[in-house]
Amino acid sequence: MILYTARRLLGVAGVLLAIAAVTFTVFYVLPSDPAAAACGKSCSADRLEAIRAQMGLDQPLWRQFADFVTGVFTGRTMGSGQYALHCDFPCLGYSYENSEAVWDLLMDRLPVSASLALGAAVLWLLLGLSAGVTAALRKDTLTDRALMVGAVAAASMPVYFTSMMLIYGLIRVAGLLPYPQYVPFAEDPGHWASNLLLPWLALAVLYAAMYARQSRSSMIETLAEPYIRTARAKGLPRRTVVVKHALRAGMTPVLTIFGMDLGGLLAGAVITESIFGLPGIGRLFYGALSTGDQPVILGVTLLAATFIVVANLAVDLLYAVVDPRVRF
Amino acid sequence: MTTTTPPAPSAPSAAPAAGPWRLARAELLRRTSVRISLVVVALFLLMAAGAPLLSALGGWSPEEFDKTAVDPYLGGSPIGPLGGVSADHWLGVEPVTGRDLIARVVHGAQVSLFIALTATAIVVVAGTAAGVAAGYFGGRTDAVLSRLMDLTMSFPSLIFMIAMMSVARDVNRIALMTAVIGLFGWPGIARVVRGQTLSLKHREYVDAARVGGAGPWRILTRDILPGVAGPVIAYTTLIVPGMIATEAALSYLGVGVRPPTPSWGQMIAESVAFYDTDPMYFVIPSTCLFLTVLAFTLLGDALRDVLDPRSGRA
Repeated sequence: MILYTARRLLGVAGVLLAIAAVTFTVFYVLPSDPAAAACGKSCSADRLEAIRAQMGLDQPLWRQFADFVTGVFTGRTMGSGQYALHCDFPCLGYSYENSEAVWDLLMDRLPVSASLALGAAVLWLLLGLSAGVTAALRKDTLTDRALMVGAVAAASMPVYFTSMMLIYGLIRVAGLLPYPQYVPFAEDPGHWASNLLLPWLALAVLYAAMYARQSRSSMIETLAEPYIRTARAKGLPRRTVVVKHALRAGMTPVLTIFGMDLGGLLAGAVITESIFGLPGIGRLFYGALSTGDQPVILGVTLLAATFIVVANLAVDLLYAVVDPRVRF
Repeated sequence: MTTTTPPAPSAPSAAPAAGPWRLARAELLRRTSVRISLVVVALFLLMAAGAPLLSALGGWSPEEFDKTAVDPYLGGSPIGPLGGVSADHWLGVEPVTGRDLIARVVHGAQVSLFIALTATAIVVVAGTAAGVAAGYFGGRTDAVLSRLMDLTMSFPSLIFMIAMMSVARDVNRIALMTAVIGLFGWPGIARVVRGQTLSLKHREYVDAARVGGAGPWRILTRDILPGVAGPVIAYTTLIVPGMIATEAALSYLGVGVRPPTPSWGQMIAESVAFYDTDPMYFVIPSTCLFLTVLAFTLLGDALRDVLDPRSGRA
């Protein structure tokens, strides 16, 4: 187990490095010259050269990548002489657009995306798992049918569809909620929640539906296992059988999916953020794309990848804890 | 010429020997939800396949403007009830441009469904193969495949897909989109299959087969594959709709199929700006998307119930 963890941690580092390399290669071989754009129209050849040097664009690709990786761990000085720019640890470079440090940009936006993802995750786990387990325990009853019909319908609606319906129903027609405007949690928790409620709901509806379906089918499968019959035969109360024996094994597939979903969402839900106008990482990324702001694109991709890798690792380790049949 | 042998006389009460597939088909067709879903899926597939024919029938090509169908004094909103329904335009028209909605929806179906189904096929085949191999063989195979899965899955796929789609310029966008969606889809199913295989391979019946002298190929196809078939089918259920949704999402964000080629996601994206003044414009492509996804999901559910031997016994 310890050996496994150590190996996986090494793997995490390798994966991140590989992702950085792939992303770096794909997006830095773009046929664009950000130096010329940064320099403006009346640009002397001299100054253009200096800017290129500062951005590191005069170096070969592998050199740029090596500098980038070094910068992440130790910080680095970009360019030299008059145009030198020091970039502190952890250095992800500077945005081509507004010359802000990418790391600072990301950290500015992270609370928004994290609020969105975590709030939605709480909602969808509560809704999805309780619906799924209830349906499994009452298999083939009216409750089961009704829950599953609802889940199927909800899972069939893309997030922008649900969002538009919610905006139309809850904001335009009923006037119950304000149009979402991000308020930091530290400033006013109440407003933070009420403003995020709509995006949470929009995301949670889709995920809850998928989780309800997944948890129902895996609970039904688990409940049919011989060890459940054994537990029942021993005369354990139904509650104990369900909570202590069935839930643990039945939740493994759900856990896998949860790791992927949460990791993916933490670094920005591009669509949800753009529909509700939330200034999160997804929006930052979308903006960077249209202007070809490569350091930002790379930064967002790496941050998102980090979240996903860490979430996956956590899930794999939890696997063994939750389901004793899984061995490493 | 020899005459064909007449069927062997059998006891009149004995039904013809039904294979498992025939039983499954009968069981499937017994369900109302399956029959309805089949009809819906078939309709949309037909609609997609016969798109040029259908729009020719309506008399409008998907990219043809009709300025007479919109009111320039009302911000280009369609003339007529329910988003400009008229004898000319059976489902109404787009605001501002006056393009025929039926023509756009059926051509959109073609693009959306082609991309989704092709990508699904890639994902399911690659994912199942990788998952079973990794879970069963373990060791180095597992290490390599799992690293590859980790790597692929650690790519923030939507973000990376968006980035790749927006970077690529002069390529066939439909082919590129299929490839990109397929590329990032397989590890999901592979992981689920691998996890299932891992817990299956320590089961008694697999041990028994191994002790009985069965080779790995036999164990994989006879003991492991049927065991993972349930999750695979359940997952495919979530994949087809997921693929349709991904295609729609990319097009919705404006990095998918390029206008004027229509796709459902793109139509929805364009209609969002008009949701207040011309709700029908939003409702029509959304309903198509919703119905298709729903029908595929219901079909998959039924397939899983019938084909998965273990949950069938539950």
